[in-house]
Amino acid sequence: MKAAVIVFPGSNCDRDMAHALQDFTDVKTVDLIPHTAESVDRYDAIFLPGGFSYGDYLRSGAIARFAPVMESVVSEAKKGKTVVGICNGFQILLEAGLLPGAMKRNTNLKYICRTVNVKVENSGTRFTSDYEEGEVLRIPIAHGDGNYECDEQTYETLKMNHRIVFSYESDVNGSTGRIAGITNEAGNVLGMMPHPERAMETLLGSEDGRGLFTSVYHHWRDTHVVTT
Amino acid sequence: MSLQLEPTAEEIQSQRLYTDMGVKDHEYKRIVQLIGRKPNYTEIGLFSVLWSEHCSYKHSKPLLKQFPSSGTHILQGPGEGAGVVDIGDDQAVVFKVESHNHPSAVEPYQGAATGVGGILRDVFSMGARPIALLNSLRFGPLATPHVRYLFEEVVAGISGYGNCVGVPTIGGEVQFDETYAGNPLVNAMCVGLIEQKHLQKGIAAGVGNTVMYVGAPTGRDGIHGATFASEELNESSAEKRPSVQVGDPFTEKRVLEACLELVKSDALVGIQDMGAAGLTSSAAEMASKEGSGIDMNLDVVPQREKGMTPYEMMLSESQERMLLVVQKGREKEMEAICQKWDIESAVIGTVKEDQQLTLEFQGQVVADVPVTALTDEAPVYDVPSEEPFSYQEHQQLPTWRPKRKDHNATLLELLERPTIASKEWVYDQYDHMVQTNTLVMPGSDSAVLRIRGTKKALAMTMDGNSRYIALDPYIGGKIAVAEAARNIVCSGAEPLALTDCLNYGSPEQPNIYWQLEQSTAGMSQACNTFETPVVSGNVSLYNETNGEAIHPTPIVGMVGLVKDLEHVTTQHFKQAGDYIYVIGEAESAWGGSELQLLEDGEISGKVPHMDLDLEEKRQQQVLGAIRDGLIQSAHDISEGGLAVAVAECVMDTEFGAAMTMENNAAELFSETQSRYVISVAPEHAQELEQAIPDARRYGTVTEEKALSIKTREEQTLILQPTDTLTHVWKGAIPCLVRSKV
Amino acid sequence: MVNVHVYITLKEGVLDPQGKAVQHSLTALGYEGVEEVKVGKWIKLEVAEGSDLDARIESMCEQLLANPVIENYTYQVEREAQV
Repeated sequence: MKAAVIVFPGSNCDRDMAHALQDFTDVKTVDLIPHTAESVDRYDAIFLPGGFSYGDYLRSGAIARFAPVMESVVSEAKKGKTVVGICNGFQILLEAGLLPGAMKRNTNLKYICRTVNVKVENSGTRFTSDYEEGEVLRIPIAHGDGNYECDEQTYETLKMNHRIVFSYESDVNGSTGRIAGITNEAGNVLGMMPHPERAMETLLGSEDGRGLFTSVYHHWRDTHVVTT
Repeated sequence: MSLQLEPTAEEIQSQRLYTDMGVKDHEYKRIVQLIGRKPNYTEIGLFSVLWSEHCSYKHSKPLLKQFPSSGTHILQGPGEGAGVVDIGDDQAVVFKVESHNHPSAVEPYQGAATGVGGILRDVFSMGARPIALLNSLRFGPLATPHVRYLFEEVVAGISGYGNCVGVPTIGGEVQFDETYAGNPLVNAMCVGLIEQKHLQKGIAAGVGNTVMYVGAPTGRDGIHGATFASEELNESSAEKRPSVQVGDPFTEKRVLEACLELVKSDALVGIQDMGAAGLTSSAAEMASKEGSGIDMNLDVVPQREKGMTPYEMMLSESQERMLLVVQKGREKEMEAICQKWDIESAVIGTVKEDQQLTLEFQGQVVADVPVTALTDEAPVYDVPSEEPFSYQEHQQLPTWRPKRKDHNATLLELLERPTIASKEWVYDQYDHMVQTNTLVMPGSDSAVLRIRGTKKALAMTMDGNSRYIALDPYIGGKIAVAEAARNIVCSGAEPLALTDCLNYGSPEQPNIYWQLEQSTAGMSQACNTFETPVVSGNVSLYNETNGEAIHPTPIVGMVGLVKDLEHVTTQHFKQAGDYIYVIGEAESAWGGSELQLLEDGEISGKVPHMDLDLEEKRQQQVLGAIRDGLIQSAHDISEGGLAVAVAECVMDTEFGAAMTMENNAAELFSETQSRYVISVAPEHAQELEQAIPDARRYGTVTEEKALSIKTREEQTLILQPTDTLTHVWKGAIPCLVRSKV
Repeated sequence: MVNVHVYITLKEGVLDPQGKAVQHSLTALGYEGVEEVKVGKWIKLEVAEGSDLDARIESMCEQLLANPVIENYTYQVEREAQV
């Protein structure tokens, strides 16, 4: 499997994401791809990392969605390729319209960096198959704009179709329905605010994030590797 | 055109316009002597900033010289952007602390943010990747809306800048005291990691080489920031707001990445941050260090605003800018790297032999002064020093004793003191995990970061208890260094070296100069004992509000090396059944203590005793026992004494503690130095007692989540559920910040 | 060239935590009768005049300046004559 980690100007979790994939999964190739790249079509999975793309100066993710590489990211997503946006990456996917809803400031109006309890709401996705449904994970959050907002109809649709993949166990930032992560309708695009790439080693406090990356890898293996 | 509006050299002299820039009469005379004529407006501007305390250390140089600054492991001492220490495997750790007190007093968000930006550049201009930020903050009591505003905005500014750049803010400390009500302190420290072969210097070497400007364009911000930093605050300081710079962390992040790529090229000769006094200090210092000169054409300096004069361009403190010296003919390679990161660059000058700083603008020479006059000839003042009456008065006072008898209530009240209370409200706002190396998060004695690809880790801390120094600067100075080293040792690391930030009032006051003299002497002695040289630092004087100076506040930033990840230790208890030991005996040491301040509302008397040899011996013993795997948790006993220290060991854990001791306030709350509380697995108890003869068993870590301290006669001194302790300790600061009274 | 002032606010019904905080502070400072506070953005553009000016501005707002999921925008064009 070949994975691309997109580096926007201002991304700062790109290396952490690459480490997570390289050091803790069997993914063969992990490339850091600059925002100017024309195409990411040769990759099996595309990761949009956290950070402050373009300083998040207008709105989080608003400028990054117009980065040259995003055209290819959108078209690969529409073809069904695996796309994961974490934190700022999630915000970019929302701005790009690949996922519904928008992000507002946290209700306490402050940046929050803390390890929180995140519940796996749906383990039937390509991102969560290595987790148990209802499992509670210890995963750090680190954001100022993580207060997920969507209209009631969107929320009902997300809920009904089990597209809410992760939720916070307690209200940390004001998100509608305590939403921490959602997928698109087709189920190949995931956006989540918590940082699984920061929860890969017990040495650093938690290894509960590993399942996300291994799930993505196992999904690819199961659909691409012919077993004899 | 705007040049003509500037005063002439004659007017500067006759109307003493230089005094507005902070230049004294005799200094002006010296400048005239040095350059052989009356300086024009641009030239006097150059002198005013380079001869300010912030750049020249004119009042503190002789005192700074007494600090040990070399050692076999020291690769770079003071004088460059940051100090550099060898940590083996061809790697080095690079670090420095810097103050941004005055800018933060008038515009707390931007003042703190640009403080972070500046210290980051000091580190990455050495070629190192910044891996950690720490900060040491001082505010007045959180009792007035203005102090709360300063506190909230400073924290927000640090968070806003550091988080965006992607460097974890992993530690530091915050204290609250009336002395800082009008003059908060914001000291930021940055730690970087480098492969030794990439180490850079800020030198303008090689006659004919090219001087390049890299980074954000120059605007009118921060003009006279360096002089501003060297003045006392008064009511008109608020009017100085336009002089405060605004930070752009997004640009900083790109400048950082660009610089780390530039330093790998052999075309780069020298690089320095345009920090305080901007283009002036970077150009003059780079030339001075190499004994060369620089010719600059100001017309090509990237400018953000129209119609800027040479004076404005040279004195601007616009952020996120670097000055480079590049091999002639290889400018394009540098430009290409800048373009990749979307950073502006411009060729603005040449290195020359004649040791003059020569500035051209619109076809005219607008300044032409000897480099050495700007840097080496800056005046150094021999300041009178006088012991204040108050010192002897405090020494003569009878031993202070606490009056309180209800130890249970006292413990809770101490835990609620903002200086002792959990700083979670603060560090929750800092991204302390980015780069995924943080082994010990904020909240323990030191923060610890692993060094990826090795078994090693780095421990770092910032410390400085100004209350001891206010009462006794000599002993207080020793304590400041000792406590930082103790914090490092508790985390399983060996102290390597330190950086210091000396925050004081006006050195022109003999009593304050005495504080500076005494405390630096105490610090130096401690540095020698622990073999921790001072590799970098910063001096912030004139911390006064309307004539009232702050407590003398030297802040120590220390870095230690953990040789093996196995040695990493935190303060929290790990296992029920472990034995709790206290190392060192409590004395009636109350002067400057948290309990004294709680009872009296002020500090008085003699500070705790500091025996450096004993301190050093215990540090070696504790570190040795940690390395031998005998210690489960280690915590230094400091503000609030043993009771607070033990409470900190149980809070945020699933455990409690049952301890037995005498009914004696000193046992519980005294701040006697060189003491630790550790936990030890029973099977290692005997070995531990042999390794550390001063360790006395006080109790056991319990499954029951409560802190219970009793006398041998079963009289309860303290009994509190762990959850109550945690609740009180964590709730204090959020509660004060929220209160709208 | 004309100056265009774009104002971006949260849509009606979307909770505005910044506005709430400011309102709370004003009340705490003793300013009574502050019924509602909204915090938004003001963006000033200097753009070329033309018959399609409105269309261009609306498109800029919808594509980048505002997020239609949670934000509304309004704008004013400031022409020389009106200054």
